[in-house]
Amino acid sequence: MNGEVVKSLIIPAHPHPVLCPEKNEGWQRVRDAFDDARRQIEESDADLIIIYSTLWPSVIGHQIQADPNPEWVMVDADFHDLGSIHYSLRIDSEFAKSWNEANIARGLESRTVAYDGFPIDVGSVVALKLLNPYNRIPAVICSTNVYSNRAETTILAKSCMDVIKAQGRKAVAVSVMSLSNRMFTEEIKPEEDRIHSLKDDEWNRKILEFLSEGRLEDVSQLSRTIHDQIRVKKVVAFKPMWWLSAMNANRNDLTGSVLAYEPIHGAGAAVVVLDPESNGTGDKEYDEDDVEYYGGDRDVLDSSSKVINNESNNAGPDLFDPVEGENAVNSEKAPKPVGAYPHARREGDLIYLSGVGPRQPGDNSIPGGPIKDSDGNMLDYDIKAQTRAVVDNIARILEEAGSSLDKVIDVTSFLVDMDRDFQGYNEVWADTLGQVGPTRTTLAIRALPTPIAVEMKVIARA
Amino acid sequence: MAKGEIVAGCLAPHPPHLVYAENPQQNEPVSEGGWEQLRWGYERLRKSLEDVDYDVIVILSPHWQTYIGTHFVGVEKCSSKSVDPVFPNLFRFNYDLDIDVELAQAIHDKAEENGMAVKMMKNPDFRVDYGTLVSCHMVRPEWDKPIVSISSNRSLSYYSVEVMQEMMLELGRSTAKAIEESGKKCLLIASNSLSHRHFVTETNPPEDMSKEHITSHAMHLWDMRMIELMREGKSQQIIDEMPEFCEQAIAETDGGAFTWLLSAMGVPNEPAILHGYGTIIGTGNAIMEWPVRNWSA
Ligand SMILES: [Fe+2]
Repeated sequence: MNGEVVKSLIIPAHPHPVLCPEKNEGWQRVRDAFDDARRQIEESDADLIIIYSTLWPSVIGHQIQADPNPEWVMVDADFHDLGSIHYSLRIDSEFAKSWNEANIARGLESRTVAYDGFPIDVGSVVALKLLNPYNRIPAVICSTNVYSNRAETTILAKSCMDVIKAQGRKAVAVSVMSLSNRMFTEEIKPEEDRIHSLKDDEWNRKILEFLSEGRLEDVSQLSRTIHDQIRVKKVVAFKPMWWLSAMNANRNDLTGSVLAYEPIHGAGAAVVVLDPESNGTGDKEYDEDDVEYYGGDRDVLDSSSKVINNESNNAGPDLFDPVEGENAVNSEKAPKPVGAYPHARREGDLIYLSGVGPRQPGDNSIPGGPIKDSDGNMLDYDIKAQTRAVVDNIARILEEAGSSLDKVIDVTSFLVDMDRDFQGYNEVWADTLGQVGPTRTTLAIRALPTPIAVEMKVIARA
Repeated sequence: MAKGEIVAGCLAPHPPHLVYAENPQQNEPVSEGGWEQLRWGYERLRKSLEDVDYDVIVILSPHWQTYIGTHFVGVEKCSSKSVDPVFPNLFRFNYDLDIDVELAQAIHDKAEENGMAVKMMKNPDFRVDYGTLVSCHMVRPEWDKPIVSISSNRSLSYYSVEVMQEMMLELGRSTAKAIEESGKKCLLIASNSLSHRHFVTETNPPEDMSKEHITSHAMHLWDMRMIELMREGKSQQIIDEMPEFCEQAIAETDGGAFTWLLSAMGVPNEPAILHGYGTIIGTGNAIMEWPVRNWSA
């Protein structure tokens, strides 16, 4: 199935566009932009709206709303005098449960919530009131963890994508957030509204310039800087761009359009739509660690529960320092051998590599997860992630030898489960070494020394 | 009319775990207990206040967060269900309470006179925040006294601890003055924890006390330091050390409730009574009472 994000949105969280757009021309333009975005969603084949709301903080990991029909009356903590918003939402509770499971599978703390009277946050209520007024499309809402870092937020998106792909969904990803979030700390008349400071305005415009060029990854990577510059330190940081960027495979060549940018009580309120079509510019390299699994760094209560990527939980063979011999090539950036041999050996114009698996140098973790636990129980794992990690390790060893991936001439691949894994392995091959064109032989074997599913034996030109 | 007075000030933390552990009929989830050290502390506080006559509870809670000044609930009858968005598994509390709108308005007006940004909250659909509900329930489970519910102005987020304290000291003075003029006897509650670093995982069941402890030694040292200062009556020193405390202990005093309370009591040199201390999901919580009624004027 071909699940994907068909549209990404950045929208403001204030209730003004719902309750009183007519009081200020700018607020009305934000409302009109919401309506425009709603039409764009309706004209797409979207079948799911996913909301990451900065207005719903959580402490115990991330929380995902799973009540199929939350209903109540929302009153804003500050703008209660503007009126109440009645809501009755349609939540895709099955998707919520699957996302929660996918989070846990990737090592995140996560839970669903489904309780009568749960106070849906103002940002999510505004988003769904305006983007999906008749509940035509089911939605899911996810909290922002107050302590979560970039890795957790990125993985949260990846596990969401796991489910979108598995279910073949066409999803709209929505980040509910202000740009600059400094409001006036006193009452103002609607006609007096403006961005709180020139500095905030300039930063907002810079962010919007990037977004209009489809450079979501760049904004994501600037998140910490933006947070320092124009964000009041409320409970959550400028995390939604990490999430939204990861929902778009951290691409920088989306097609972006800014539908509105206006002040709401001093804060920067923008409606931005990003389409996945490439705008034609080259995608830049991703220069921050692109983490796949979360090992947990403060799971103080129970550290043994669900670390799935850490091989130390899977009593494997002893590790060796690579053997230093004549013509040996060894790399700090490749995983340690499981026997007395070098990473590679140069003979004349050729470089012969010892079998390369997906284990990561340093922590010895296995991207995509190990295939079994220390008791020998089989685990679910991601063959594509493992295969990609193998190719990355090959590239690192070749670089150490002064060679590179495009000089590979012959590969022998070993799979422990040909029926299950050949297709995924083959897809990653096609995207990587397949582009180079070495000869290849793929064998099914009973086992490899560590709990991995794929290994490659490589010969390359020096 | 006799002058109004503050009969006591309390530091009364509000993690919903406490109400959850008590299993009152208003709360939907059911527990096997837990956090007894703190709940016994609340029992001692209730005992201490048993024979004290007062008309109204005035409470400031950090879980009604306002950015545009300080707000006051201005609806006389509040009844609804409060579900904690962070711990909805523990706290789904049906409440039905009375607000002393007259006193709320008086404090509002006095604060406004003194240059503060203030607003009355008159929307009948508004739900009272869970911090207010938990602290009030633990202090006075009979729910037979009207309350004044004051929001937490997040001026610390916008400016600094110093600015937050300036504003809360003023709000405290305005509160004391308005109470005095009202002729009412008031119990004041600052609803907040001390050190405020949480665990991000939850035990199963949540009341498994074998896993409950402070998140770090540094947090413990800060909590003990603050408690000692309170017990020694060194309110001014607490205010002076507040910037470091807020930053280093990520303290929930950042919401201003504690500074407001100390100010309303006139930054007392009299010692506070420690009724209990304990941690909740790693955060530090002290139940303290300043028996203002016993101090000679
Ligand atoms: Fe709290």
